[in-house]
Amino acid sequence: MLHSIGKDSAVLLHLARKAFWPGPPPMPLLHVDTTWKFRDMIAFRDRMAAEAEIRLIVHTNREGVDAGITPFTHGSDHYTQVMKTVALRQALDAGRYDMILVGARRDEEKSRAKERIFSLRNARHQWDPKAQRPELWHLYNTRLQEGESLRISPLSNWSEADVWYYIAAEGIPIVPLYRAAERPVVERDGQLIMVDDDRMPLAPGEVPTRRRVRFRTLGCYPLTAAVESNADTLDAIIAETLAADHSEREGRLIDHDTEASMERKKREGYF
Amino acid sequence: MAPTLRFVLCGSVDDGKSTLIGRILYDCRQVSADQMQRVEEDSRRYGTQGGAPDLALLMDGLQDERRQGITIDVAYRGFRTPRRCFIVADAPGHEQYTRNMATGASTADAAVVMVDARKGILPQTTRHTRIVAMFGVRHIVLAVNKMDLVAWDRGTFETIDAAYRTVAEEMGLAQVASFPVSALSGDNVTRRCAHTPWYGGPRLLEHLEALETEPPAARQPFRMPVQYVNRPNPDFRGYCGRIVAGDVSPGDRVRVSPAGTAAEVESIVVWQGTRDSATRDDSVTLTLKPDVAVSRGDVIVAAHDPLEAADQYRARLLWMGDQPMTVGRPYRLKLHTHEVGATVTRIRHRVDVDDGSELAAAQLELNDLGVVNLATNRPIPFAPFDESRELGGFILIDRATNATVGAGTITYSLMRAANVKWQDFDITGEVRADLKRQRARCLWLTGLSASGKSTVANLLERHLVNEGRHTYLLDGDNVRHGLNRDLGFTEADRVENIRRVAEVARLMVDAGLIVIVSFISPFQSERDFARSLFDKDEFMEIFVDASVETCARRDPKGLYAKAKRGEIRNFTGVDSPYERPERPDLRLDTEKLSPEACVELVIERLA
Repeated sequence: MLHSIGKDSAVLLHLARKAFWPGPPPMPLLHVDTTWKFRDMIAFRDRMAAEAEIRLIVHTNREGVDAGITPFTHGSDHYTQVMKTVALRQALDAGRYDMILVGARRDEEKSRAKERIFSLRNARHQWDPKAQRPELWHLYNTRLQEGESLRISPLSNWSEADVWYYIAAEGIPIVPLYRAAERPVVERDGQLIMVDDDRMPLAPGEVPTRRRVRFRTLGCYPLTAAVESNADTLDAIIAETLAADHSEREGRLIDHDTEASMERKKREGYF
Repeated sequence: MAPTLRFVLCGSVDDGKSTLIGRILYDCRQVSADQMQRVEEDSRRYGTQGGAPDLALLMDGLQDERRQGITIDVAYRGFRTPRRCFIVADAPGHEQYTRNMATGASTADAAVVMVDARKGILPQTTRHTRIVAMFGVRHIVLAVNKMDLVAWDRGTFETIDAAYRTVAEEMGLAQVASFPVSALSGDNVTRRCAHTPWYGGPRLLEHLEALETEPPAARQPFRMPVQYVNRPNPDFRGYCGRIVAGDVSPGDRVRVSPAGTAAEVESIVVWQGTRDSATRDDSVTLTLKPDVAVSRGDVIVAAHDPLEAADQYRARLLWMGDQPMTVGRPYRLKLHTHEVGATVTRIRHRVDVDDGSELAAAQLELNDLGVVNLATNRPIPFAPFDESRELGGFILIDRATNATVGAGTITYSLMRAANVKWQDFDITGEVRADLKRQRARCLWLTGLSASGKSTVANLLERHLVNEGRHTYLLDGDNVRHGLNRDLGFTEADRVENIRRVAEVARLMVDAGLIVIVSFISPFQSERDFARSLFDKDEFMEIFVDASVETCARRDPKGLYAKAKRGEIRNFTGVDSPYERPERPDLRLDTEKLSPEACVELVIERLA
């Protein structure tokens, strides 16, 4: 089960724990760590894995780290390619996994709207949108040829609001960054970026200011924009989500790089 | 709030399906500012509205589609109004994507059928309505679109409405509601229309908000297909699944179908506790007492109203494979959580999707709809599709490519399973083989004509007999003189040819013999079928390998020469394909190895 530590991953892990109760989920949890995640995320990940009694596998693209690839020195496109896409492939190849559970939702982005719940990938992890298996009723064809794998998205039909309602209804723990709090941020290109550690290079004269912000989506801190908010309870977050005029991926800088960037990344083996 | 409504959009290409959804999303403020900005950019590049925002682009997600201006796959999108949540499947209009349309229909509560007011009912309209009906959708919403282009003419609307009702009624669809609309402007979709004083009904979206999907169901007996046997520790054994009908409580008497074993529900286990009862759509874990044998694919049912199990069915089948469906060819069948080998034993008829007439057919092509007889390898628990989508809808999977090639609905069982019982006798195959002091086997030699199968088979049998083994050799040519005299060389006949030989080989292995089968057997799916009849170590697939050029050069019977001159048709390797074994148990390269060396390799493996 692929784990990004975000709210969707939290819901997916919770569902798995419920399904396999009274035993722990039998599959390991895989986190691709770019080394640039928020510190709060890593602490939360380790705590949840221990509580769920699930085996946690963490993979980092060491060659990328050794080559000095960072979101500051390279464009977000190249950085994502090396530290996420390539890293993910390395981790999946190493584990030879044939079924990979992910927390993707169809409403996140247009090309995901077309993706099946059981999505077939070839030996190079690529998605071919024109060679998808029809999915009828709740019958999923899980037969695979050598080297092929399935990306399984049980949350496909959930909306962002569904996720929040479910987190509230079930009392699922989430990373504190989703709740509004005073945090040190700088404003760049109209986006609020949190200064999570001292690796963040500041421009001459740039001084982090403390502002009341939260995150709608979590990723690498230099690439994840915060929104100004006072929503520090689940009810307030839900109210804000329902009223929002911007879709949640707005906060993710990688989507804007090129036209249809997500579809292209998916054909290459990114989610 | 009413339960989430899942609906599928269908109709012909260019009828405005994506525009309709785009319009609803836009008017319900379900489009965020950044998404709208993206659409405006896309509209300038690919749009069909002269630079104005093309709302259809909100739905059409994939790059190819934006360029071609059509929808090529089914897209799902959720949205909500103050009164209801919706999930819409936007299905493709082009004929070659009918299978995606079926996918969208299979989970839908309702269908919105779009018709262009200028064109009226098209073949795609009827085709999609028929698929929607077949896949169990009962509520139809007819949207006669582009009414603005016919000056909101009442006569045009009423003519189309009447024509469509005739079509729908013939398919058993009683619940049709019709709307004169413009998806582009939202008239009679989301807003009142000033041009249709003659129309007094609700707007289309209002109708969807109020639609009641399930009539208050009569009390149904309990059914839960088992997905997973949960054994986290030696003290716990639970059966996980989603309840597809009825209720259950601890103490209820149940049976495990198809075995029929009786037990009592001990507890209903859920996250961090237990429950007093559970009902349809709940996912739960049941423990039983006594702890009887239950596997994935079994169905736990109310003891007083058990489920039928059968291995012969009448079914409707929509073919979705690129290769035609061939009678007798083995496929995998998946029904609820059960997976089993299956073959279509007969095509009763093909259904003309345009007028519903029954046509004779030898095979089903891509997008064909047919009524067939179907046989499974063993009895499986089921319910007719009309009673239960979950227990009566199945898919067929190709054994070689693993593609999902068919979707079907069970009409009723042919009751053969109940009448023909497998007889258990005291003397087993193992006893018969022991008496001969050997292990019975099936050695299946596959390869092109003139690859050396007969030569190796002959030498191999002589060797085995010299060692005192009891053998039999089934040869392709020889069997065609007797048992399979009635079969030709079409694909269907070749499939049946192999099926019979595989069954004969099974009987002979059961008699304790070492059976050598020497057959071209060009298709992997048939060889896999043959393998499926035997225990794991009983069957050996031996690939007698020589290139088609080598075989044509050898050509001891002059067949390649004849085939190349066109005097024989469907000749494997010339104008009929040979699928090389992907994972044979043994490969004999007869271009490099002598027949004697080949036999030695086989004997080594048998030891």
